[in-house]
Amino acid sequence: MRIDVMKTYKLYIGGAFPRSESGRSYELKDKKGNFIANPALASRKDLRDAVVAAKSAFSGWSYATAYNRGQILYRMAEMLEGRTEQFVAEIKALEGVTDSVARKQVQDSIDLWVWYAGWSDKISTTSGGTNPIAGPYYNFTIPEPLGVVGVIADEKESLLGLTRGLAPVIASGNTAVLIASEKLPLSAISLAEVIATSDLPSGVVNILTGSKSELIPWLASHMEVDGIDISGADKKLDGEIKKAGTENLKRIYRFEKDASLKRILSFMEYKTVWHPIGI
Amino acid sequence: MSEFGHKLIDGSESSLKSFLDNLPGVDKVGAEGRAAMLGTRSIKTTSKARAIDLAISMVDLTTLEGADTPGKVRSLCAKALRPDPTDSTVPHVGAICVYNDMVKVARDYLDSIGGQSIPVAAVSTAFPSGRASMEVKLRDTQDAIESGASEIDMVIDRGAFLSGKFGSVFDEIKEIKALCGEKAHLKVILETGELATYDNVRKASYLAMLAGADFIKTSTGKVSPAATPPVVLVMLEAVRDFFALTGKKIGVKPAGGIRTTKDAIKQLVLVNETTGPEWLTPKLFRIGASALLNDLLMQRMKLSNGRYSSANYVTVD
Repeated sequence: MRIDVMKTYKLYIGGAFPRSESGRSYELKDKKGNFIANPALASRKDLRDAVVAAKSAFSGWSYATAYNRGQILYRMAEMLEGRTEQFVAEIKALEGVTDSVARKQVQDSIDLWVWYAGWSDKISTTSGGTNPIAGPYYNFTIPEPLGVVGVIADEKESLLGLTRGLAPVIASGNTAVLIASEKLPLSAISLAEVIATSDLPSGVVNILTGSKSELIPWLASHMEVDGIDISGADKKLDGEIKKAGTENLKRIYRFEKDASLKRILSFMEYKTVWHPIGI
Repeated sequence: MSEFGHKLIDGSESSLKSFLDNLPGVDKVGAEGRAAMLGTRSIKTTSKARAIDLAISMVDLTTLEGADTPGKVRSLCAKALRPDPTDSTVPHVGAICVYNDMVKVARDYLDSIGGQSIPVAAVSTAFPSGRASMEVKLRDTQDAIESGASEIDMVIDRGAFLSGKFGSVFDEIKEIKALCGEKAHLKVILETGELATYDNVRKASYLAMLAGADFIKTSTGKVSPAATPPVVLVMLEAVRDFFALTGKKIGVKPAGGIRTTKDAIKQLVLVNETTGPEWLTPKLFRIGASALLNDLLMQRMKLSNGRYSSANYVTVD
């Protein structure tokens, strides 16, 4: 008889897979009460480290060409496709859905990555442009990434919940700190394994598992975080998060649609450049 | 001998060599273990607030780049006096540390903005390599003092030290010290990253102290590794033992590689546990750094307002 080798679900910070600095973990059970895993219970210091990693990755990722970013996102879709079975198994175990429902979710997620990968080098063309002005100048407006964006994954669908929040944020050149679903965190850490093998530079995506109510206030008040997608947070917390975020004028949004250009542009800043003609 | 204020050596090369060679060896594993153990001390809340302010007051705010300009030095001076323009309770730093030709710029500007109490330190004696004739080294130091430097950070000739020519290193330090006289404090840079062993660090520390150093400093910041905790521990022990032997208090300045508040607090713990709290003053302990100050300020903001701060709220340099 062989003893199964169980996976330790750890955090993903700066391209590494550390345990929580606090040493804590929490027990995860399926709907029938069977033990599934002991994911890490991240602390505010893990969040701090994740933000530091995201900040230091920002200059490299935002200066990468949009084409290159798109290629890397597409590469993630390729890696996900190859790992379909693993994600299907994890989704079935935690969400208690049938094989075909789980498979559909994985496939939808892959398609969503591809969709956002395609947007990467089209955003500035479709949302920026030259402006008509009365003077001897060229005048352009281009959208640029904000910086470090927090993403709070929703509690409904493991992998799709992550993808909806994460893909639009990094497609434009932001770096992300993702707080995974508290009840469905397995796909988040498995996605980290996909990210680690997709040429996405270390620190562009950082993933924390644990208690949302513990982590969100620190994320919301962190002065280095420039925006937060709160679609996955409890609606009752909206006021509190927005209040904490006012100090550095964070962009804080809740989105309804799965796939929309608004999700990308909400975390971008428009820059307008005046350039003299004829010199 | 009264010439040195102590009787450890009689001034001859043979007595110096026999003193240094008879120093006990450093227990490498023990030193590293103790430094690591002291590094795990947890300093929190009010103690941390006090440690941060103390560390800020000990920073030798440094810029030693070929690309330095008077403008950069002046902005550094302004930062030295008021590290956080939004908070006047932040103490000023210990000193400004610049290359020779920037000393006058720094001194004049500090005086003009009310920073008379902040000393300007100049790196000297053909910093960072120390490869020049004695004549040039003396002239270099003279020039810095005339420009207004009240602290001289000199480098030792590591080549001579490593080939056992202790007398020549000793004489160099003695001559520079004589030149400094009462006008300037002398810090002797050992460049521990090039000394290879802890035994050598201990020997070089004693050598510098015997020759009249007011401070012993780990590194130039141009060589890695620099101010690692075990090296600082060995130097602090030398200072402690030298005090027991002679009654003279020598300062210590770790420099290079101390970038975070955590690193700085570890250094303070080392001082407290080795030489004792008497050394916890900018007069006897300095930290040579540039990026460290920003991290100290960010940690200070975090303590005072409860949220993690951002590099957007401190200066770029």
